[in-house]
Amino acid sequence: MNDIARSLKPEECFINEEPYYEAIGSEIDIFLAAYKQKIPILLKGPTGCGKTRFMEHMAWRLKKALITVSCHDDLTASDLVGRFLISGGETKWIDGPLARSVRNGAICYLDEIVEARKDTTVVIHPLADDRRVLPMEKVGEVLEATDDFCLAISYNPGYQSVLKDLKQSTRQRFVALEFDYPSAELETRIIKTEADIDHSLAEHLVKFAHMTRNLKGSGLEEGASTRLLVHAAKLISAGITPVDACHTSIAQALTDDAEMLAAINELSSSLF
Amino acid sequence: MMLKCLRQLTNSVLHYFNSDHFYHVIRFKIKFHANTSMSLPPFTFDEIEEYFDDLFIEVDESLIQHLTQFDIQTQDTLLELIKKAADTNSGLAYQLAKRMQKAIDLMEIDTIELWLDQAIDVFDSKGLYGAIEVLDELESIAHNAKQKLTGIAFEEVCNMLEHFVVGLNGRCLKIETDKETYTDTETIFLPGIINKYTERDDNFQLYKCIVVHLWAQNWFGTWRSNLVNVFSQYEKPARAQQWFHVLEMIRLDHKIKHELPGIHRQMQRLCELGGHDKICDISINAGKQKNLETLITLQSRADDLLKLLPLVYHLPTPSLNFYAGCLQADQVELRREIRLVKEKDLFRRAIAHVLEEKKDKPASEFSEEERREISAQQIPDPNMPEGFKYRLEIDGDSIEPPDGVESLISSIIQDLGEIPDDYLVAAGDGHYKITADKEKIDDANVWAGTYHEKGAFLHREWDYRRQRYKKNWCALREVELTPGSTAFVKASVEKYSGLIKNLRRTFEILRGEDKNLKKQPYGDDIDIDALVESFADMTSGMEMSQNIFTKMHKEERNIAVIFMVDMSGSTKGWINDAERESLVLLSEALETLGDRYAIYGFTGNTRKRCEIYPVKTFDDEYDDKTKGRIGNIKPQDYTRLGVFIRHFNQMFETVEAKTKLLITLSDGKPEDYDGYRGEYGIEDTRMALLESRQQGIHPFCITIDKEGRDYLKTMYGSASYVVIDDIKQLPLKIADIYRSITS
Repeated sequence: MNDIARSLKPEECFINEEPYYEAIGSEIDIFLAAYKQKIPILLKGPTGCGKTRFMEHMAWRLKKALITVSCHDDLTASDLVGRFLISGGETKWIDGPLARSVRNGAICYLDEIVEARKDTTVVIHPLADDRRVLPMEKVGEVLEATDDFCLAISYNPGYQSVLKDLKQSTRQRFVALEFDYPSAELETRIIKTEADIDHSLAEHLVKFAHMTRNLKGSGLEEGASTRLLVHAAKLISAGITPVDACHTSIAQALTDDAEMLAAINELSSSLF
Repeated sequence: MMLKCLRQLTNSVLHYFNSDHFYHVIRFKIKFHANTSMSLPPFTFDEIEEYFDDLFIEVDESLIQHLTQFDIQTQDTLLELIKKAADTNSGLAYQLAKRMQKAIDLMEIDTIELWLDQAIDVFDSKGLYGAIEVLDELESIAHNAKQKLTGIAFEEVCNMLEHFVVGLNGRCLKIETDKETYTDTETIFLPGIINKYTERDDNFQLYKCIVVHLWAQNWFGTWRSNLVNVFSQYEKPARAQQWFHVLEMIRLDHKIKHELPGIHRQMQRLCELGGHDKICDISINAGKQKNLETLITLQSRADDLLKLLPLVYHLPTPSLNFYAGCLQADQVELRREIRLVKEKDLFRRAIAHVLEEKKDKPASEFSEEERREISAQQIPDPNMPEGFKYRLEIDGDSIEPPDGVESLISSIIQDLGEIPDDYLVAAGDGHYKITADKEKIDDANVWAGTYHEKGAFLHREWDYRRQRYKKNWCALREVELTPGSTAFVKASVEKYSGLIKNLRRTFEILRGEDKNLKKQPYGDDIDIDALVESFADMTSGMEMSQNIFTKMHKEERNIAVIFMVDMSGSTKGWINDAERESLVLLSEALETLGDRYAIYGFTGNTRKRCEIYPVKTFDDEYDDKTKGRIGNIKPQDYTRLGVFIRHFNQMFETVEAKTKLLITLSDGKPEDYDGYRGEYGIEDTRMALLESRQQGIHPFCITIDKEGRDYLKTMYGSASYVVIDDIKQLPLKIADIYRSITS
């Protein structure tokens, strides 16, 4: 464990080992087809259902660098495109992640795009239609994307409100792939593989996840995601008891409400 | 109260002595008592008697004698309780006093208070007879109170258990308390308190086991067939039912062991703790001698057990485990019958709706074949009790079930085990239209009854005398306000055109604009001026400033405002005009700002008939209809302020906004029939406004009156308020509020 963390440029971040991904439907084929036809891709689905993992898997398949930007409500257009910095008494232009991806023909993945401000989202418009260019007003250049470049965005329709919804002009430029939690059987297999635990334990975890998903809308905003199940399973395989693992990695992650927490804990102790 | 009581006593004593000196002595004693906590001598027999006389309650001398034995603080608390009852109803106070002596013997003072509170609650809903019944339960309440030390009360766990059972799966079962422990397939009824074990946690676990067992009855299909009919074929139906329950318990235990091993362990542990026999050892003659344990397996269904029933019927019935509760087949049948019809209807209408969208024509025009085009395919799902779930298909293509249909299918499967073919026929004409989504409430019928609570929102009310809420006290409903002519709005706009311009300008300043902030440590662009400056600094040997960026500061407003407008009779005349004119001015101004706002009128007549009139909801535009409704706001009945504030507090819960503003336009006189006046109304309003604050709402009260009354400060307490008598003052005041709240 005494390796020193490597520092890489974003466009040099290639994924060398195959990220584990189980396809739910034909999403891999659709992605490949859209990539070939240079159409940008929109992923929607609840948190922790595998959107980011899917992107990693596709980057590995296509042998492209994956540049991920997690959007937040303070993200400005220059955060994406680039800005001037001061260096040694003069200004110097530094590319933002979006410009870097275009320049290097990488996959640019804008995670939780609705969180970004509306004026920020429009900078991707020229890139997302058949023009495929990135205007960089500050340097007076237009960056043309190569065939390699790919744009993907994601958002979670469950959290959308009137204030945070994707504009029609944005969403209608994309091919949309819908993600949901996998079927019980598949989810069991995913957990088993990810955390290396035995089959019946994985089955029980999935059953527990379904119980929390039953509670969605009656006190819980969202049920336990596949990611949370993997966390719990990893704790279990590291020697924590299932009830404790569910308590810390699932129940506490889902809610702060004392009664709801108690109910979820009682559910897990009924199950294991 | 003690002070008041003593003052009363002093007054009566003064009456005899007619001397100021005596009064001062007593005042001194009380003050001394308060400061040093040294005890005063207890009240004497005569003093207590006098006290009861003042309350007009007749009491036995023995009670007074009994009360004299306590120290002054206990006396004070007990007398206070009787006064609390007397404030509610003198009959109740009399009944309480009659039982007081016994209560003091049996209970701690805290419990006596709980006992009384319970009686008062029942008095509110069922009247004096109900309350006396509660008072008569004195002994069992005293007993329960002792039990509560180790026992678990239903109230402590009901919310948690409700979440728990929703999580388990299937139909959303409600949790309630009842004398019997059973389920009617829609609700689980639990005992009010469990005190079987010495450890609190074990008692809680028993609650949980009962819930799981009763849930399992619903989920694993105990109630698929009409059990009332089955049992009635036996000579002794009760015995048949008891035996069936025993067999079911064994079957469900198998299921629970498989599905929820954790809870099964708990069940076994509790049985061992309680010293319960295992009943599975009973063997019966099924062809040859066989053990019940081997006859009932994980795969058994309730139908299989009905076949076993004749074989065991003659045997003595073993007792059930603690968590099994009892079967109430007739209750279940009652619910099931209604539900089967309702859900079949709902399901057929839902698929008709799907087909309508698909075919783009109304269901009435479907041919017989088209009506049967949807099929349900079983697909395996290990999480379902039958091992499969359904997927709806049209011509082999699966379709996404509309909202709520998935739970409907699940409920149907729970009742029947499958979706029968006749469910899959889309509802046709007539049938589809007659039964609308919600049960229509016929207004005339509602008002004809003594209780008008059907379809109304129920809200609590604060009773300052009891220092607690009256639950579900006020019934409030929404009534449509027909739009009148827009002439009033037009006239007001003309009349105050100068003022409106002024108001708009003020609001526009408030709106705030995007600002380009200079000299920022971090930002979108370089601030050349700052850069040049810091270079100059650097070359002259000073430290270079870090703040050399510009940053765009976006002003984002996210406000929701509800205006509630008093439509009570007391606003008749200029106040009503002023209210409406203010609304016009404010609406015009808010349209500029682009803030979301809603306007509601309110009035009422007694707690059973509180009404709000939507003038403009959040979704409505400020159009001619809205303007017509503003024109049509007319003075009507009374002002029960509290309930309306609570209603809008509740409404705000569903509104997503950073700043929530509740603006009341009224004449500041809370008044209604049935005692809602004076201090009572003021205190209730005050409490409702406090609740707003607690929810993060900014309440603001605009009182339109010639001069403010002296109680306004008390009433509005936590809220800000202004008193205006001329509408011209409004813009200035409102802009002030807006500035203070939103910036």
